[in-house]
Amino acid sequence: MRMVAEASIWSLLEEVNDPEVPVLSIIDLGIVRDIRTEGDRVAVIITPTYSGCPAMDAIRMNIRMVLLQHGYTNATITTVLSPAWTTDWMTEKGKQKLQAYGIAPPLVTQQVCHPGLFHREEAVPCPRCNSYHTHRISEFGSTACKALYRCEDCLEPFDYFKCH
Amino acid sequence: MSHSTRIDYTLHLADNALILGHRNSEWTGHGPILEQDIALSNIALDLIGQARNFYQYAARLLNETGGSAGTSGEVTEDALAYLRDAWDFKNCLLAEQAGGDWARTILRQFFISAYQFFLYEELQQSRDSELAAISEKSLKEVSYHLRWSSEWVIRLGDGTAESHTRMKKALDDCWKFTGELFLPAGYEKQLAKEGIAPDLTLLQEKWDARVREVFEEAQLSVPDTEGKRAASPAEKGSVSVVEKTGSAAGKSTWMQTGGKEGRHTEQLGYVLAEMQFLQRAYPGCEW
Repeated sequence: MRMVAEASIWSLLEEVNDPEVPVLSIIDLGIVRDIRTEGDRVAVIITPTYSGCPAMDAIRMNIRMVLLQHGYTNATITTVLSPAWTTDWMTEKGKQKLQAYGIAPPLVTQQVCHPGLFHREEAVPCPRCNSYHTHRISEFGSTACKALYRCEDCLEPFDYFKCH
Repeated sequence: MSHSTRIDYTLHLADNALILGHRNSEWTGHGPILEQDIALSNIALDLIGQARNFYQYAARLLNETGGSAGTSGEVTEDALAYLRDAWDFKNCLLAEQAGGDWARTILRQFFISAYQFFLYEELQQSRDSELAAISEKSLKEVSYHLRWSSEWVIRLGDGTAESHTRMKKALDDCWKFTGELFLPAGYEKQLAKEGIAPDLTLLQEKWDARVREVFEEAQLSVPDTEGKRAASPAEKGSVSVVEKTGSAAGKSTWMQTGGKEGRHTEQLGYVLAEMQFLQRAYPGCEW
């Protein structure tokens, strides 16, 4: 029987990308919560970014495909909801990749995860010109995890991977 | 601990999210401006995602007890959404009401988001760990919905003469459905005793406070307390007192109930007719 090392599965899953933000792997995104192996069995535990994230089915399938391609036929993929995913789980490398891709990464100091009214807008730097002279157009953007901003200096609109 | 009570409650939570989510999705492609069209579609997506989590759990409980949802064999989340009839749905009546104009859509969202926010906050501590986990996840999303809808209530209520008039009309249309949110159905009472569901009277106090805070900014008045806003805080909750004693203290205090027990308004039929058509006409169809 083939013994599986957990570390090799972690590095394999670097090959699985988020279909909606293909520059990020699911490891960068922080949605792989645990990997357990026993004998030839592999258990991957993932958590969604948002309840309605339409990418989750594709992600589950892609994990299975990558594992199969590498000969891991005895795999289970389980989704857990608690503890709930937070942008804090995104890796530093992931944040840099987002920035280079033109999406502002989530800020370290997060101000908006509460239902208070008319809170001060977060100062999000433009991923193209780094200007802080930016303005939020909409709290809800092209996907559930992003808000829409505009840079007042280079005049480009951009997505911000919002706090969650 | 009765399994069927827990299934009823889980379906109630799922149905609230699905029906409101479906109602919101009716705006997709029709929003007043692109950004708000996307916002409401995002909220619809969150709600339908939350509904899926609850339906998956309900299906699991049903399969453990060998129940069925109108189909033979294993119950699935899809069967629960697409193959039950109106009287099986346990959503609150407010969720199924037609969106009407933007004002009514916003107010409906605000009332339900405020309700879901305080509900999930409590339900995170439920003794049922699956309901607690779904609530913990949902709460983060509902925080955005609550803030977004609160700000829109204020923008419209304290906006132009036209937007203010429309908000008042929306309030006249929606208010009578808010009492039901806090009137526990049998399964809610039972599960509150078991530490699985929260006590709705405590939720109502928080909900009232939020509504008051937002309405004050929005230049709107809470219908039941008109003319006695300066009264003592003990007057809070007068809605449910009136409701429970059944006295008709005036038109505005009368509350419509029944959704939690499967007695719906005509509105739900239209939602189901559109939502379920494909699976009814072409069973098992996938695309």
